[in-house]
Amino acid sequence: MNVPEDLKYTETHEWVRVQDGQARVGVTDHAQAELTDVVYVELPKMGAKVEAKAAAAIVESVKAAGDIYAPVTGTVVAINEALENNPALVNTDPHGEGWLFAVTLDKPEELDQLKSAAEYAAMIGE
Amino acid sequence: MVDFGGWHMPVQYGGILEEHHAVRNTLGVFDISHMGEVFVSGPEAKIWLNEMLTNNVERLAPGECQYTFLLNEQGGVIDDLLVYLLEDARYLLVVNASHIDEDVAWLEAHRVPGVTIENHSDEFAGVAVQGPRAVQLFDHFFEGKISRPARNEIKRYDADCGTVWIARTGYTGEDGFELFFHAPCAVNIWNTILELGEPFGIKPCGLGARDTLRLEMCYPLNGSDLSPEHTPLEAGMSFFVDLGKPKFIGRAALAEQRQNGVPRRLVPFKMKGKTPPPRSHYGVFKNGALIAQTTSGTVSPTLGIGIGMAYVPTEFARIDEEIEIEIRGRRFPATIQKKPLHNKTA
Repeated sequence: MNVPEDLKYTETHEWVRVQDGQARVGVTDHAQAELTDVVYVELPKMGAKVEAKAAAAIVESVKAAGDIYAPVTGTVVAINEALENNPALVNTDPHGEGWLFAVTLDKPEELDQLKSAAEYAAMIGE
Repeated sequence: MVDFGGWHMPVQYGGILEEHHAVRNTLGVFDISHMGEVFVSGPEAKIWLNEMLTNNVERLAPGECQYTFLLNEQGGVIDDLLVYLLEDARYLLVVNASHIDEDVAWLEAHRVPGVTIENHSDEFAGVAVQGPRAVQLFDHFFEGKISRPARNEIKRYDADCGTVWIARTGYTGEDGFELFFHAPCAVNIWNTILELGEPFGIKPCGLGARDTLRLEMCYPLNGSDLSPEHTPLEAGMSFFVDLGKPKFIGRAALAEQRQNGVPRRLVPFKMKGKTPPPRSHYGVFKNGALIAQTTSGTVSPTLGIGIGMAYVPTEFARIDEEIEIEIRGRRFPATIQKKPLHNKTA
């Protein structure tokens, strides 16, 4: 399972990439493997406020719908529109082209509570 | 892995979509050991079974099977099953895993002298080989030792590990075979099928693909689309009910419905355009009013669109009728379709 070193992770299997003062969010390789076959993604609206640890998006596979929790509190400043026509990007490139949304970092200290790659890898038994 | 009728079973081996497409395009194999195998025999078996089941077992020649229902007195479905006439006065009932105990208890409670009921579900395992290449696999597997059974036929094959029953049946809408055998045969048969199927790109398939495949064909799933609250006539299954028989459990309720019409009907629907996947227990709306709950739903891997089934009031049970499905508080347009949702072109 791929657990990139430069990302931060949640216990609920989201990843965060911090760049230009924003947090880009997606689901981990481990999560997409568990979900398999993503067929629909429901993203937050641009400008929506999201709260850390609150449901912010929904990723649906053939068999089940899974809530995606915002790793940090902020305002949605970007959403991955490519997922509308190609939700399987979440499976094929979960840490890259399959990203979900980006938010402002309203409480940067929340990043300290997230897991490092090593901690997340240990949690999923890698 | 999930619990399914007390069995620990995989939802998927590789991925539901990949498994689904393998069955539609080439070949897939399912472990169906969870299904129940109940043998009914004796001089009174035929007459008694005809009073327990909706279809007419008198129409069966040895080696043939039919789809049928076990009903309660109100005409509601206890279980749907296949009944095979194996040989004179000996029947095999293949029933749903989640209903084995209930079915056997019901049958025992109504048993008469001259009828023997043997529940061999625990000793039997089974596999379903499904897909356009299933006949080729059959030929490689049996190497001419037996000929292929015809559609809805069953044949007996005596292997070293015990008797293997081979039926030309399935739950996917594709051609294929279901094999029932004693558990000690299971590992060898499963591995041989995977090995011989490899050139065809065979995939082991889990419950997830089994569900998407059967739903595209509008085959009902007991516990979802069938229940004690609905009759086979409401489920659109009158072809498997012989009201010409003078007596069977549930007949009076069904005859009344035949006379006066059914209040609701199980219909398939298709979402219009891209929507979240419909799933079971979602609200169905017509003209702003809640008219039903979905009983099944998924994204059809073949059609690439949301599909499902629901019992709607008969006045709305028309092809092309516009309805709405409520998904997480939002309503999305759908239309009622004719069965099946997937039409084989081959």
